[in-house]
Amino acid sequence: MIFDQLERFGDNTAVIDCAEKRWSFIDLVDQSDKIADYMDSRTLMFILSKNHIQVVAAYVGALRKGVVPLLLSADIQIELLNNLVDIYKPQYIWGEKNSVELAGNIIFSNDEYQLLQTEFQPFDIHENLAVLLSTSGTTGSPKLVRQSVKNIESNTTAIINYLKLTPKDRAITTLPLYYTYGLSILQTQLVSGGSIVLTEASIFERKFWDLLIKYEVTNFGGVPYTYEMLKRLRFSRMEIPSLRFITQAGGKLSPDISADFARVCAQKGIAYITMYGASEATARMSYLPADKAEEKAGSIGIAIPGGRFELEDVEGNIVTSFGDNGELVYYGDNVTMGYAVCREDLLKGDENKGILHTGDIAFKDEDGYFYITGRKKRFLKIFGNRVSLDSVEDYLKSKGYLSCACAGVDDKLTVYSEDKIDAKEVCGLLSEYTHIHSSAFSVKFVSEIPRNNAGKILYEKLKDMKL
Amino acid sequence: MTNMEKYINAFKESLEIDDSIITDELAFDSIPEWDSVGHMRLMASLEDTFDIMFETEDIMDFSSLGKGKEILKKYNVDL
Repeated sequence: MIFDQLERFGDNTAVIDCAEKRWSFIDLVDQSDKIADYMDSRTLMFILSKNHIQVVAAYVGALRKGVVPLLLSADIQIELLNNLVDIYKPQYIWGEKNSVELAGNIIFSNDEYQLLQTEFQPFDIHENLAVLLSTSGTTGSPKLVRQSVKNIESNTTAIINYLKLTPKDRAITTLPLYYTYGLSILQTQLVSGGSIVLTEASIFERKFWDLLIKYEVTNFGGVPYTYEMLKRLRFSRMEIPSLRFITQAGGKLSPDISADFARVCAQKGIAYITMYGASEATARMSYLPADKAEEKAGSIGIAIPGGRFELEDVEGNIVTSFGDNGELVYYGDNVTMGYAVCREDLLKGDENKGILHTGDIAFKDEDGYFYITGRKKRFLKIFGNRVSLDSVEDYLKSKGYLSCACAGVDDKLTVYSEDKIDAKEVCGLLSEYTHIHSSAFSVKFVSEIPRNNAGKILYEKLKDMKL
Repeated sequence: MTNMEKYINAFKESLEIDDSIITDELAFDSIPEWDSVGHMRLMASLEDTFDIMFETEDIMDFSSLGKGKEILKKYNVDL
């Protein structure tokens, strides 16, 4: 497994934690194995995640031991957590002390964190299963992605290769670790012998930049919203000599802003790398090399080493001509085993066989660079989080809002309602449900939600409706 | 509307909050509405309202409603 050899980096710095304590690779491995010693191999563990050293240690320890972890936001609503516990029946739960009241025995604890052993007996888990990730880190959806040892190894190796990571590289957290992009930054840094600064500070806080400068950070990642914040902070005027590259993923940044950053970064000697991925592909599927960042702004680039894209038309035929749209299909060893919606699914083998239909519509230019133009599936990316429009509709129905339909664009979800409902209350509810700022939601009133004869909502018409 | 009313209004509208929690002590990250997304909206709203452009340092130092009043003085906005 990817973390089996971490000891070989010895006394090199692996992590600088939130208290600015330095952890060498030996320190990290010691702490990781100490936690893992209390667990049996081939069991299921929930990790209530913050950007804390104890979360990193538990994750590394679980993977070294062959325990399958599911990373969840530590801020998850207790009902949602209980629901996941009921469905998946984990043997262990790792979280901050006194953070949640759950049934079980505390079998290990340190100053900050504790390991809870539940009453659930171990059950059979597929031998290749390594990690579980939530398809939406925020809504506590029980739909999980099953990642194998091979998936993680292949993706980590490919990313290290195209970012040319070395032991000199040091990242700083800008994203949560339960989010596939944030987790991938942690994994690639550690496996390449580099290091990571852990912080819960946002880029709007002085502390973040103080850490970045003090510890000579060489890279960080951001979702489109991060880049809009960087623009407002006038990143162009900042002097950060240690910064070697920055990556952008988690949704499509407007081509204008992308081109701006490409220019600014080129002047500063920072590589600006746009990437594209999904938790269904472990983390990354493509990248736009820095030297093409300005020329090809708006493109997701080319497939990562070892991967390949094809475009498929509605009949499933391969689209070969340049500029023609088709569904983006990815082929590679990082395509995950499939989904799980219940405990029994953890015994399933590889269902995808290395092929992922992304649900994104794209075309290819004459140089072989891919551009995403639309989406087949009903979801939005809001501040980097994937939000399923159908699950939001279902949630609203469960709360008694029966005549609603949801549509919108990235970073802006609109609830269309036939009834006069309290817009502020609905936006507040959705903010609570998704853990996303309420300004991302709005309510519009319509006389009638357009439907076809079968009663299916015509979402395309909904967007064009006069209000 | 006085400048002070405009200032308070920017908080209420960009953070979508009520009068009841408006005090000088209202701080960044102390309520879910004033997270980094809220901060972004607040900074944009204040820049538009007073026709100013914040320096990087001031965006980072804008840590509470009270602190913001001091910062606006630097931009010659009398509250």
